[in-house]
Amino acid sequence: MKITVFLITLLAPLWCQADLEVFACEPEWAELTRQLGGERVAVFTATTALQDPHHVEARPSLIARMRNADLVVCTGADLEVGWLPLLLRRSGNPKVQASKPGYFEAAMMVDRLAVPTTLDRSQGDVHAAGNPHVHLDPQRMLTIANALSERLITLDAPGKSQYQTRHAAFKQQWQSLISQWETTAKPLQGTRIVVQHENWLYLNQWLNLNQVATIEPKPGIPPSASDQKRLLHSLSQQPPELIVLSAYQNDKAARWLADKLNIPVVILPFTVGGDQHSSTLPALFDRTLALLLQAKAR
Amino acid sequence: MLTYNRARLLVLASAVACPLVSAQTGYVSGNEFNPAISLILDGRYAQYHEPLELPGFQMGPESELPAEGFSLGHSELTLSANVDDRFYGSASLAIHEHDGTTEVELEEAFLETLGLGYGATVKFGRFLSNIGYLNSQHEHAWSFYDAPLIYTALFGKTLYDDGVQARWLAPTNFFLELGAEWTRGDSFPGGENDGNEGKALFIKLGDDLGQTASWQLGASAYTTRFAERSGDGHAHEDHGHDADHSAELIFEDGDVDLYGVDAVFKWSPSGQPRQQQLVLQAEYFQRKESAISHFSEEADSLEADYDGEQSGYYVQAVYRFRPQWQTGIRYDEVKPDNQFVELDAAGIDMEEFLEETELGSDETITRYSVMLAYSPSEFSRIRLQYNHRDWGENRDDLWVLQYTMSLGSHGAHSY
Repeated sequence: MKITVFLITLLAPLWCQADLEVFACEPEWAELTRQLGGERVAVFTATTALQDPHHVEARPSLIARMRNADLVVCTGADLEVGWLPLLLRRSGNPKVQASKPGYFEAAMMVDRLAVPTTLDRSQGDVHAAGNPHVHLDPQRMLTIANALSERLITLDAPGKSQYQTRHAAFKQQWQSLISQWETTAKPLQGTRIVVQHENWLYLNQWLNLNQVATIEPKPGIPPSASDQKRLLHSLSQQPPELIVLSAYQNDKAARWLADKLNIPVVILPFTVGGDQHSSTLPALFDRTLALLLQAKAR
Repeated sequence: MLTYNRARLLVLASAVACPLVSAQTGYVSGNEFNPAISLILDGRYAQYHEPLELPGFQMGPESELPAEGFSLGHSELTLSANVDDRFYGSASLAIHEHDGTTEVELEEAFLETLGLGYGATVKFGRFLSNIGYLNSQHEHAWSFYDAPLIYTALFGKTLYDDGVQARWLAPTNFFLELGAEWTRGDSFPGGENDGNEGKALFIKLGDDLGQTASWQLGASAYTTRFAERSGDGHAHEDHGHDADHSAELIFEDGDVDLYGVDAVFKWSPSGQPRQQQLVLQAEYFQRKESAISHFSEEADSLEADYDGEQSGYYVQAVYRFRPQWQTGIRYDEVKPDNQFVELDAAGIDMEEFLEETELGSDETITRYSVMLAYSPSEFSRIRLQYNHRDWGENRDDLWVLQYTMSLGSHGAHSY
């Protein structure tokens, strides 16, 4: 087996005209790139679904991977501002610098919500370009897939027809999935939810969920005991139906609140790999809807 | 795995084959075309009895302790931006009080290539040297309020200089970086020389261990020369006898060679450094230097052949036990071993000279530090630190309560 792999590796250049090495900041973009690129791309994922993409260290291993990338696919909109710029600078890689086609920020391909009108750190960890967590709106995902497919073709022109075929297949499948999901999710409309962090905005908008409160007093700031009491007080008049958080978030405050209000906590995968049932993009959405419906029906 | 390996071999091929078509790329942050501006405000309340003394070491600049009571530390203003698609530029001004006057110090003012290709990066201007682990980090990023003793003893604080740095990142899946620096070589422990005698080499190796841990190892060497070096420290100012004497010690025609190794290991149980993280860090340095020493006190003087060997290390562990709380311990040790051979004496003998300058000391100096830091957000920190220092027959305790606040754009910190 090992020898076969070795030989194929050696001989590969003979029949493969171009191949792209891709550095994806988050698992959702890694999966989308694999869907659109198939055999022509080799994808490295910098973070897992169990890591908060805001707070990743510019580790030596990530610098090494960035050095060898042909394409960087990240959320952008300052989500990775604490580590990505440093990786780019340290990599010495001309192909993926911010001015080059090898640099792709997914969030910048779509309209963003909650673009702040004033920027002040007293508001917490705000993003000047708007809320970056765009991937949980499948409509926006479709737009991003269009742009990413074009980018793959730009970088790897000989693969054009393969990329186009894969993109067409993705688009068709995705469109039919969206209509299925929208039917399935009808009962969720107007559900009153409390979230841990402002990373569900796009899902809320798509499914018409009614987010009534955020556990974090300001984005990125963990709640203190008095913050939690204040929140409990304000919610006790008209309790929400669910508390939503992602797999990588600390659930302590959410559990406390849920216990006091006697409502369920739903830990959603948030991205590909967030739980064992979410290993692909369609599965991520299937699972997200299933968990929400299950909790709501309780 | 298969496609990955294949792609590895094709990086070069595709770089040549792919036409560079300009395309819509993305949003670049940082106040439109203004550079990103970051201001660090730092102040402390310090309590101790004895000034910092390092017998056996000529003290470098900025090696003294903070003023007792309230004082400001370094207020640091950094402006940085991409110059164009080829260069990145950054300048850091440190504003601080020194002997009652406000001094502005240009700590860094460098340009760096962006994506030069083949893993190469060239930096030029004034920059913090890449030797050691801590040296290239700005003071506000340190885990303790002060530099390790070996840094204070060898560099005053940290080594920065004017010149050129070239780095090469190997095309491997683990991190391997080689670098060299060529600089003026006139900042401490160097001094004015015939020109550009500062030369450094460094290698860094690092990788992850699974999803939760990562490490980096480094080794570095630095050499410089000086025509004349007079220590800038104030270690002996209040030293009992002869407080008002006009003694002067100058090293002439010196050679400095320095070697160091460093190791860092980081572990986050959940793979989330912001939630919980243990950082273990250690560095060792050894310096060998030779010069002619000139000591004079009023009309008397002594000239001697100086051969110095100094070494030291620190080990530290810092643990973030809750997102906003960190605690850490550090142990420091430095040891001098200097030889002086008398060349010419007038009115002072060797014994007197060594007693007065304390350069003949071969006592190990040790220090224990403990700190507790609270960071309400990534941009603010309040830290309490305790140091216990032992040197010869002396010991002293120091307490520092410090705030460090970061205003404006604050970029990524290096590993």
